[in-house]
Amino acid sequence: MNTQRAELIPRLAGFSALSFIAVITFGAFIALATKATKGFAFSQIITDTYLGQIITFTLWQATLSTVLSIGLAIPTARAFARQTSFPGRTTLLKLFALPLALPALVGVLAILGLWGKSGWINQLTGDLLDFSIFGLPGILIAHVFFNLPLATRLFLTSLERIPQENWRLASQLQMPPRSIFKFIEWPVLKAVLPGIFTLVFMLCLTSFTIVLTLGGGPASTTLEVAIYQSLRFDFDPGRAVTLALIQLAITVILLTVSFRFTKTLPDINSLKPTDPRPQTGTPVARIIDAVFIISAGCFVALPLLALVIDGLTSDLAKLLFLAAVWKAILTSFILALSAAILCLILCWAMLKAITDQNSSYAGLVSFASSAILVMPAIVLGSGWFILLLNFGDVFSFAPALVIIINALMALPFAHRILAPALAQAQHKHHRLTASLGISGWARWRLIDFPVLKKPLLLAFAFAMALSLGDLGVIALFGSEQITTLPLLLFKSLGSYRTHDAQGLALLLAIACLFILYAAEKVSSKKSTKC
Amino acid sequence: MRSFFTLLAILVFTISPTGKANAKPTLTIYTYDSFTADWGPGPSIKKAFEQTCNCNLKWVAIADGVALLNRLKLEGSSTKADIVLGLDTNLVVEAKATNLFEPADITVPSSKISRHWSDKTFIAYDYAPFAVIWDREKMKNPPTSLQQLVDGPAEQKIILQDPRTSTPGLGFLIWMKTVYGDKAEAAWQKLSKRILTVTPGWSEAYSLFTKGEAPMVLSYVTSPAYHMIAEKTDRYAATEFAEGHYLQIEVAGLVKSGKNKPLARKFLQFMVSPAFQDHIPTKNWMFPAGNTDKPLPKEFGKLISPQKLHLRDPKTVAKNRKSWIAEWLRATSK
Repeated sequence: MNTQRAELIPRLAGFSALSFIAVITFGAFIALATKATKGFAFSQIITDTYLGQIITFTLWQATLSTVLSIGLAIPTARAFARQTSFPGRTTLLKLFALPLALPALVGVLAILGLWGKSGWINQLTGDLLDFSIFGLPGILIAHVFFNLPLATRLFLTSLERIPQENWRLASQLQMPPRSIFKFIEWPVLKAVLPGIFTLVFMLCLTSFTIVLTLGGGPASTTLEVAIYQSLRFDFDPGRAVTLALIQLAITVILLTVSFRFTKTLPDINSLKPTDPRPQTGTPVARIIDAVFIISAGCFVALPLLALVIDGLTSDLAKLLFLAAVWKAILTSFILALSAAILCLILCWAMLKAITDQNSSYAGLVSFASSAILVMPAIVLGSGWFILLLNFGDVFSFAPALVIIINALMALPFAHRILAPALAQAQHKHHRLTASLGISGWARWRLIDFPVLKKPLLLAFAFAMALSLGDLGVIALFGSEQITTLPLLLFKSLGSYRTHDAQGLALLLAIACLFILYAAEKVSSKKSTKC
Repeated sequence: MRSFFTLLAILVFTISPTGKANAKPTLTIYTYDSFTADWGPGPSIKKAFEQTCNCNLKWVAIADGVALLNRLKLEGSSTKADIVLGLDTNLVVEAKATNLFEPADITVPSSKISRHWSDKTFIAYDYAPFAVIWDREKMKNPPTSLQQLVDGPAEQKIILQDPRTSTPGLGFLIWMKTVYGDKAEAAWQKLSKRILTVTPGWSEAYSLFTKGEAPMVLSYVTSPAYHMIAEKTDRYAATEFAEGHYLQIEVAGLVKSGKNKPLARKFLQFMVSPAFQDHIPTKNWMFPAGNTDKPLPKEFGKLISPQKLHLRDPKTVAKNRKSWIAEWLRATSK
């Protein structure tokens, strides 16, 4: 009786969270479809050769970008996992979460600070190399810049959960690095690989500003651009809905395939999963690790350094005395904090309802928390705009909408961090809690939170950083009353004020680092309860 | 969960626009967001108008001119707008087709652009010809005609905007079409080797340009004025093109469903008067469409003033936009 009731509540919560996501996404679709005046032009769309070209290019660049990002992230994450104590490790890992929070254009400008025509590499080498990254190379560099650090951090959280016992065993058996990789690291990586792969793939699939700005011409266009266009100059909701459905279909196929490959986590039974890994490795292994850490570190940190230097040339003192800047910072924080809280509640509710028996439900959860990424913000925004028009002043709903959509956009990230951690904890404590009859708040306080504190706070920090840097959603609903830091930054760029924008970009980066720092501080604080 | 909704409720109430009970009528104007920025003309214009109207002026900022029109299409006759300010002339046919506007019925003083634009519904408030802005530190001999731009060396690149997503991009597409007519596709093909990249909007293009990625960018004749006045540099300049320049004119219109039309008309009349126009040059960085009290800053005297100006009939643009874009795509996406 008791256990049944205990199962019922999480299921209801999970179901509510799923329904909420479904209502937000499909509501927008349906609302937009009702405005389709020119029909859905499906036959016209599938015979359009330019569109075919776009889809091919979209998939091509997304595949290349993802393979590169993931391929480099795995050895980088492994290097970070093996080298647990070198100076600057924690700082570097914090920097790795920064690109996530940068609006695409700010990231592009940072990258050009290193790779551009007037960037450091070209300046150092003089006219010797004189290369231009515009075209496919630029798109790939930018996508790797945004996704390599993200994937590295996600892989690393999994590697760091490998229990102490495994390392003891490995050292007793005197396993060489290759065997360690094969028997200990790879099974863990393999379990999270499909999820991280699909996340990065979707981010590249829907890339808009990066592809257009660095792509070098209309030959480099993504489906997202076509969707955007059909709602902007053409105002053809029918076409937008159809194109968005095509994009969704591609994602569904991808996620279905990836779900096939998703392995359950290796059976890990450890009471102290967070103990640091003993620093091991032959000198050769150390050198290889150093190469990956230094090159990935430079790849990510140098553009960020360019951003900081540009930011310092702006009149920061003047910016910090502007009421508008402080208002924007405050608004950004409130919105991002709310979005992160909502995101974690939804994610937690969905994940808690997963039990060993309902694997198709687990699939649904992982799908629901991913598909939102390929919903173009402009589709979600316009759809909800139409729906809310019937209920009065849309502007009064704006903050809530911004929070909700941002929370949903952060879900896939939170899901990738929390799902493996929670599955592991669930698996480990299931019998214990069932036999002790602990549930609800007591379980959360005594069992779940102490073990999951680290991934929870990381997910929270990621969700918050992501919302902090959002431009797509706020651009649709922002107004005089609700202006965030990225919106203010974009406004400055729109009125020639490049220097102010550079200063604001620096402030945004500092705000994001502050969040990551705070999350780390809280999560590393020793809990007295344990 | 509950605490979240409490938080949400607090948030909604604290930062949503509060409709204070106020005896004064409110005039709601939709415009693009850089117009209402702290440094834009919006705040001073609001102040100046409120001194004379015994009313509240409320700006509603929406990303840009195109988004403005779409917002209106979504809202239909339930729109809160009394006035929409910030459409460009290429959008007026579609704006009229929404049936949401009515003639402004005000007297517009004649100005420099009267002979290019005299619409009863959409009243011009500022304008600037498009121009290729070049960087003195990066190139020596800028093109002096569209022909030279098209035929010039491939090493010296230009950054353009996408005509599918931005108004300057569309403006340049029409400029090319106006000059080259049937040969536009071939001209685009030639030009494509000089295009560094095509950005989604003006901001991206101009940021890349000032970052030094290319020696040329498509912008406005007035752009160098910003750098001369705000940054005290004449590094960036425009040269006059022999074939003439394409004009962008920004207009405002009276919304039919507005609650307070006399007040809205009063604003439109104010819009073409010096009290409004004075704020345009150094806050919106465009040429004022009407008379100003203050003379233009001396730096504006250093700008080029193209002899020949083009502006296509908005109807022609509306009819051909799609096929021109298709032509551009064919030529440049090889």
